[in-house]
Amino acid sequence: MNFSGLINDFGPLTVTGLAQGAIIALFALGYTLVYGVLRLINFAHSEVFMIGTFACLIVWGWFGLDQNSAVPSFGGMLVYMVIGLVVAIIASGLTALFVELVAYRPLRQRNAPPLAFLITAIGASLAISEIVGVATHRNQRGVPPVISARTVITIGDTHITNLQILIVVLALVMMFALDRFINGTRLGRGIRAVAQNPDSAALMGVNKSRVISLVFLLGGLMAGIAAVMYDLKIGVTRYDAGFMLGIDAFTAAVLGGIGNLRGALLGGFLLGVLQNYAAGLFGSEWLHAAAFVLLILILLFRPTGLLGESLGRARA
Amino acid sequence: MLLELDNITLAYGRIQALHGISLTVGEGEIVALIGANGAGKSTTMRAISGLRPVAQGKIRFDGADITKMRADLRVVRGVSQSPEGRGIFPGMTVRENLEMGAYTRRNRTEIDQDMQRVFDLFPRLKEREKQAGGTLSGGEQQMLAVGRALMSRPKLLLLDEPSMGLAPMLIQQIFDIIVEINQQGTTVLLVEQNAQQALSRAHRAYVLETGRIVKEGTGNDLLTDPAVKDAYLGVA
Repeated sequence: MNFSGLINDFGPLTVTGLAQGAIIALFALGYTLVYGVLRLINFAHSEVFMIGTFACLIVWGWFGLDQNSAVPSFGGMLVYMVIGLVVAIIASGLTALFVELVAYRPLRQRNAPPLAFLITAIGASLAISEIVGVATHRNQRGVPPVISARTVITIGDTHITNLQILIVVLALVMMFALDRFINGTRLGRGIRAVAQNPDSAALMGVNKSRVISLVFLLGGLMAGIAAVMYDLKIGVTRYDAGFMLGIDAFTAAVLGGIGNLRGALLGGFLLGVLQNYAAGLFGSEWLHAAAFVLLILILLFRPTGLLGESLGRARA
Repeated sequence: MLLELDNITLAYGRIQALHGISLTVGEGEIVALIGANGAGKSTTMRAISGLRPVAQGKIRFDGADITKMRADLRVVRGVSQSPEGRGIFPGMTVRENLEMGAYTRRNRTEIDQDMQRVFDLFPRLKEREKQAGGTLSGGEQQMLAVGRALMSRPKLLLLDEPSMGLAPMLIQQIFDIIVEINQQGTTVLLVEQNAQQALSRAHRAYVLETGRIVKEGTGNDLLTDPAVKDAYLGVA
């Protein structure tokens, strides 16, 4: 163990962890939204994210950008960023809707048992990632330098880059917007109604199928943003990019209390930071092992996660 | 007729719950369904509101066949139910629960008027306005369920056991309010274990036994019917 490493690099590890955590949190929202309404773990959500990481690359490619391109001007950067985000959001959102329509809705209409949903979830996940895997020859794709990461704030030994700030701010803004939507609008109230009592929601005139589609769409939207941030931060993507990060995101959702939106945010940031501390302490190869030991420990002591459920029925 | 059930059958899996129910509710009436536990009263209500698909038979409401219509669309047509067990949204405030009752409506002024009307009918709900539904007492939840059902401005109000779990004084009060709602122009179909109250307040009533209608008549007729007295009114 390397305590001095952790102490010396505490600042940088925290900053890296927060940026990593922001991406995990945005990703985790999709798991928690769907679970809150359907009591279903949408394992294909990792592929919703992965599709987003490719979608923005493809569109940037249409503009002649590849990994060897020069960094665009500030104006160009802004334009590419917006285009990338919009396209990734659309692609991920549509993928999420597609998965719901093909893998879950038919089962729901036939009153299938929960186990059947689990199998189609894993099936949809594998099918999508394998299709992309074959199409890309399982090679990784480089990301064009749409934004050049440079230090904008320095506190002691801790350098904070513009990209890290962007990622964290974007995650917080999206989280705030989603929270306002769920808690402050008529449609959001419809979502909470279906989560808390589906039969009563129908008696109020809520169209359950539409609410379910909306929930998948919202989760896909957030995953699309996470996907662009991931591309810019990591610099490459691959057909299995969603797998490992998906497990992190799922962990974060459970950590915060699955079904609870704020819990996903808290769980994401916490997991990101703690993973980096663990990397500082034991070496970076221990990052994921530490994450899962943490998950087990938290579940032992707080089975409902840090904030418990709140979208769902359990708050009665 | 506002509502017409024609020979409805319904099964839960292999268990046949309704064996051909036919009944009518005319505009402006209070109609009661009475019967023992498991007679099929709540199942009949679920068939009318669309929570349960019927196997055979027809349901007509306000001139249209709604037999296969989704539950949420029946609300738009004017059917509103206060369900068995109240079905409160536990994590929403009292006001949000009432807002949910008006989910299909857009006219803010009218919704606010109706909210005020519900608060006038149930002053207790006004006091609890910002409290989570799940923290209310049983009686308060019952008021909330009835108030919420009114928020859609229904043509037909379905009330499933509105007196369940209430203190005797509250039972009187909730039936007074049901009559008041009816006099303000809402047709009511009522399921009750409390046959005495239901029959004395209803215009007409049906008696259910094991998924069949075995008797029908005016509230007063059934109140004085020896067989009904014997089985449901607990008269010695």
